[in-house]
Amino acid sequence: MLAYIIRRILYVIPISLGVTIIAFALVHIAPGDPLNAVVGADAPAEVVEKLKRDYGFDQPLPFQYARWLGRALTGDLGNSVVNNQPVAASLAIAVPNTLMLAITATLIGFVLGACLGGLAGYFQGTWIDKIATGFGVTGVSVPHYWLGIVLVIIFAVEFNVLPAMGMGPGGSAGWEWNWTHLRHLVLPAITLSVIPCGIITRTVRATVAEILSQEFVQALHAKGLLHGRVMLHIIKNAAPTVLAVMGLQLGYLLGGSILVETVFNWPGTGYLLNDAIFRRDIPTLQGTILVLAMFFVVLNLAVDILQTAVDPRMRRS
Amino acid sequence: MSLVEIENLHVSFRTDEGTANVINGVDLEVEPGEVVCILGESGSGKSVTLRALMQLLPKRRTTISGRIRVAEHDILSLDERKMADLRGPTVAMIFQEPMTAFDPVFTVGTQIVETIKRHEKISEREAEARALELFERVRIPSPKARLKNYPFEMSGGMRQRAMIALALSCRPSLLLADEPTTALDATVQIQILLLLRELQQELGMAIMFVTHDIGVAVEVGDRIAVMYAGRFVEMGSTREVFSRPAHPYTKGLMASTVHGDMKGQRMKAIDGSPPDLTRLLPGCAFEPRCGERIPVCRQVVPAIRTAGPGHTAACVHVGAPAKELA
Repeated sequence: MLAYIIRRILYVIPISLGVTIIAFALVHIAPGDPLNAVVGADAPAEVVEKLKRDYGFDQPLPFQYARWLGRALTGDLGNSVVNNQPVAASLAIAVPNTLMLAITATLIGFVLGACLGGLAGYFQGTWIDKIATGFGVTGVSVPHYWLGIVLVIIFAVEFNVLPAMGMGPGGSAGWEWNWTHLRHLVLPAITLSVIPCGIITRTVRATVAEILSQEFVQALHAKGLLHGRVMLHIIKNAAPTVLAVMGLQLGYLLGGSILVETVFNWPGTGYLLNDAIFRRDIPTLQGTILVLAMFFVVLNLAVDILQTAVDPRMRRS
Repeated sequence: MSLVEIENLHVSFRTDEGTANVINGVDLEVEPGEVVCILGESGSGKSVTLRALMQLLPKRRTTISGRIRVAEHDILSLDERKMADLRGPTVAMIFQEPMTAFDPVFTVGTQIVETIKRHEKISEREAEARALELFERVRIPSPKARLKNYPFEMSGGMRQRAMIALALSCRPSLLLADEPTTALDATVQIQILLLLRELQQELGMAIMFVTHDIGVAVEVGDRIAVMYAGRFVEMGSTREVFSRPAHPYTKGLMASTVHGDMKGQRMKAIDGSPPDLTRLLPGCAFEPRCGERIPVCRQVVPAIRTAGPGHTAACVHVGAPAKELA
């Protein structure tokens, strides 16, 4: 078990290196000149040349990469070309905001999805199954930015019970743990939870149905166990699969909430990313993509280790 | 009073292809401490009979009629909770494939302990002590360490020993064994059969042993009941049935058994294949494959007739009628 964990942690090194290459290269593959964001198209050639040198854009790409990686390892992700602020500082503000939103959404999606999927799998083929599955399919299919707008229209515009934008009253960015601030979390979190909820519902349903068809469930009944105890066996068998899916969903939500964060004006990484794309702010883009990708790597690691802890068969391989 | 009384049992499943009549009027009595072997090919209804005894068939797709009494409980009228109370202490089951019958993510010890604690008010430690004692009894080497194993960490034979330990954990008066040796190597098979026989005599429990292997049936059974298309076609003491098979199907089974001195000869098989249970014909189910068929076989299901002392068969060619089929 310990050997497996160490081996698994060592794998993170090459994966992370690959991640940095892709995060760095992606931005350079995209068309457009980053200096357009800083100076006008009609700027004199010598000004452009000087800026290129200042930002290091005149160097060959591998050299730029090595320098960027070296700095990134020390926590320096460069400065934004738009406002000259350190990228790391912007991320330090945005990441916790996104984490809060993504974790809340995953929790909602997980609890709801696990319950619906569990019921659907256990009562397969009945009306309970049909309702839960229908809910799951809807969740996966609805575009969440559209749902966000609809929720805003209903709860913020029509009934005026929940705020539509920002993280706090008056668009303030500081977070406090009180109802005035929590109210701002409700709509974006619900909007964001719909897709993971649908996916988890379907995964749990399929997993539970598959487990129920195995002979050991009949054997559990054959030794007189009651439903509660049988349920415990099913949950422990379903846990590895469901954990894996949930970890991946959390990963997607961390990086994939651009649309929802934009709709709700939520000052997280998605919002930051969206802004950086439009302004061709290469250092911010690279830094944000790197941090989000590393989240994914770390989450995968955590899921793998958790899975091994739950399923004894995985410790062997 | 018999331990098991089955009267006119009918079981059918609703499937996509129609209703499959799997059990078509089965009568059987098993005395305490008796070993009855149910012999038949795949799909003849052996396992379904065992599962009906424990109400383990999927309720939504199954229709059961008739009467089943086990240890004076009317099984078919019991509610779910009362039935669950009987499973373990009164009637327990050994499955064909212990690999799939154990939950893969719990240790074998935990699975035995949870069974004991479900039925008896004893402490965790007492239950663990009982599990250890059971493991010693089924002769699992280094039992203490093995209790902490997961099913996938054991060999096939050892898993089946563990399964037997689990089934015996609440000292059942009736053990249902569903082809418990089919998935094992021949040498391990014999060890398991001997162990079962020994434990059965020690504990005085009755066993209903389902198999498709005549050799196994002869080895363990006091009595043999031969099943075909959901009916018993022949029943009697092992010695009687083996030495004087009365039903053409039993004779065919015996003739198709392979043994050493047949080397070089062609194997004799019963021609044809078992009937489609969704479209059973009115007469004897074996008639299309039978070498001794006469016109009346197609018209009515043959009554059960006496073939010898304590030996009956459902064939028109057999001696005197024993009783009319309902």
